[in-house]
Amino acid sequence: MSVESVSLGPARPLPPGHYGPIGQLRSEWTKMRTVRSTLWTLVATIIAVVGIGAVATAVTAARWRSGGIVDHIGFDPTARSLAGVFLGQIVIGVLGVLVMSAEYGTGTIRATLSAVPNRPLVLACKAAVFAVVAFVASEILTFGAFFLGQALLRGSTPYATITQPGVARAVAGAGLVLTVLGLFALGLATIIRHTAGALTAYVGLLLVLPLILQAFPVSFQHQVIKFMPLVIGEHMAATNPNVHAFGGGALLSPWIGFGFLCAYAAVVLVVGGILMHRRDA
Amino acid sequence: MIEAHSLTKRYGKTLAVDSLSFEVRPGQVTGFLGPNGSGKSTTMRVIMGLDLPDGGSAMINGRPYRDLPWPLHEVGALLEAKAIHPGRTAFNHLWMLAQTHGIRRSRVDEVLDLVGLSEVAGRRAGKFSLGMGQRLGIAAALLGDPSVLLFDEPVNGLDPEGILWVRTLLRHLAGEGRTIFVSSHLMSEMALTADHVVVIGRGRLIADRPVAELVAGSSRRFVKVRTPQAEVLTPVVVGAGGTVAPGTDGSLTVTGLSAEAIGDLAGEHGVRLHELTPLQASLEEAFMDLTRDSLEFGGHDVARTVTDGGAVASTAPGGTAR
Repeated sequence: MSVESVSLGPARPLPPGHYGPIGQLRSEWTKMRTVRSTLWTLVATIIAVVGIGAVATAVTAARWRSGGIVDHIGFDPTARSLAGVFLGQIVIGVLGVLVMSAEYGTGTIRATLSAVPNRPLVLACKAAVFAVVAFVASEILTFGAFFLGQALLRGSTPYATITQPGVARAVAGAGLVLTVLGLFALGLATIIRHTAGALTAYVGLLLVLPLILQAFPVSFQHQVIKFMPLVIGEHMAATNPNVHAFGGGALLSPWIGFGFLCAYAAVVLVVGGILMHRRDA
Repeated sequence: MIEAHSLTKRYGKTLAVDSLSFEVRPGQVTGFLGPNGSGKSTTMRVIMGLDLPDGGSAMINGRPYRDLPWPLHEVGALLEAKAIHPGRTAFNHLWMLAQTHGIRRSRVDEVLDLVGLSEVAGRRAGKFSLGMGQRLGIAAALLGDPSVLLFDEPVNGLDPEGILWVRTLLRHLAGEGRTIFVSSHLMSEMALTADHVVVIGRGRLIADRPVAELVAGSSRRFVKVRTPQAEVLTPVVVGAGGTVAPGTDGSLTVTGLSAEAIGDLAGEHGVRLHELTPLQASLEEAFMDLTRDSLEFGGHDVARTVTDGGAVASTAPGGTAR
């Protein structure tokens, strides 16, 4: 650490061009893989999605004969094996929030924006890297939960195969829902900038909003419930078109619902990007 | 080269920086002085493009920060200690910054070595002491080999060896022709490091001049005189235009006349002198004079009492302000 070893020489001419998305994507990937919260959140997602799916299908298989008709009505083996997606939505939301809020919470954002002052670029690259990681992990987990769940059901109950109508859509779609909800959480964290606040908002919009809706007239509930992220996710993860979450009302088709989900995520990300550009870091 | 033109920044109703203009030139260490809360950090954050000014502009090498094509190659900054994810290792913190600019991995090792953190490169930053955090911040600032460097209170939390190291590093970097802008609330530190100072108080420019001039221009140049014949010397000195105040230890404090002039007067009048010491205000005292009226948090009376403890006949505070 002797000063003589600095010998940096006076400033050299700048390289040609401009900083850009390639470097920023690499940087965001490094940031994501070099903190332990990423790994632990992904482990929690595995436990949530695969673990809960395995337990739900195993219990279903064990009780199929003794449980009787109430257990058999409307039974959707695909949806049962994806039961853990519900909790997975919360865990992936935690990851989405942390990826952004940790920058603000630790002050790293100042280093990030000093290197790359184009803030929308920073957000876009962060969201892109998160989306790829969340998508790959979510798809592995939903397919894993499906195959494990069907293996546990087989022999005891009706079971699904991936080639049956709607099954591949439900399994792949559940992974897409997880990915987009994670992006939604990342967008909320960009707006709110505090881990606790962003998590509260995310859980509130995902879980509490449908509950609050129950205080409204049923006819109103039926009109509105189909737009709830939780309901869209639940519908996507089922093959049975008659699944009615929270007691009724016509649902959006899975892909239309998914389109709304993408729109929600896009809105919070765009608002987050605008705020990030305008606010002091 | 850093230029601030009528820079203004408000936080709600608080005017943190008030039409501040100054230039920081290459090849020297420019100190940025002011009491706590005077707007130093805010100014640095605006220069770095982190906070947006409400008025005026801040330029680096002629461009606003956000327009720099390769920011890390032009500017390096240590803005606050430990603005680092506690779970990320020192190496990875630098590596993720390096990747944004396509800076090679060996350069990361190089700056870690430079700041003396090679041994702990793989350790998570959360385990670092404040001083190690400062060193990591300095490593990040040097990563892109920039021509402009900003350091906000760089010696905070460093041990004496570390302070000496930072001081030497700053001088060395300035010697290479870089623009070095260092904030501090410790005048004594700046006296040892800076060539030039920009002094602010309550967000306003108070002084922008070479350190030597700042000290020399202080109202607090005086001569300590000890004599058994004070009653003879006092009227003579006053008659020659000096001001005499009794010191606490029986000595006299004379302002307005040089030591040579006092010695000559004493000789002419046959006054025996036991001591004749020209004293100069330290940069600390010069700074106190300058900022006395602009202390953010009502410490006025305390500051006055402390600095006037020696019963020095002082001229109006702020007498050297622009």
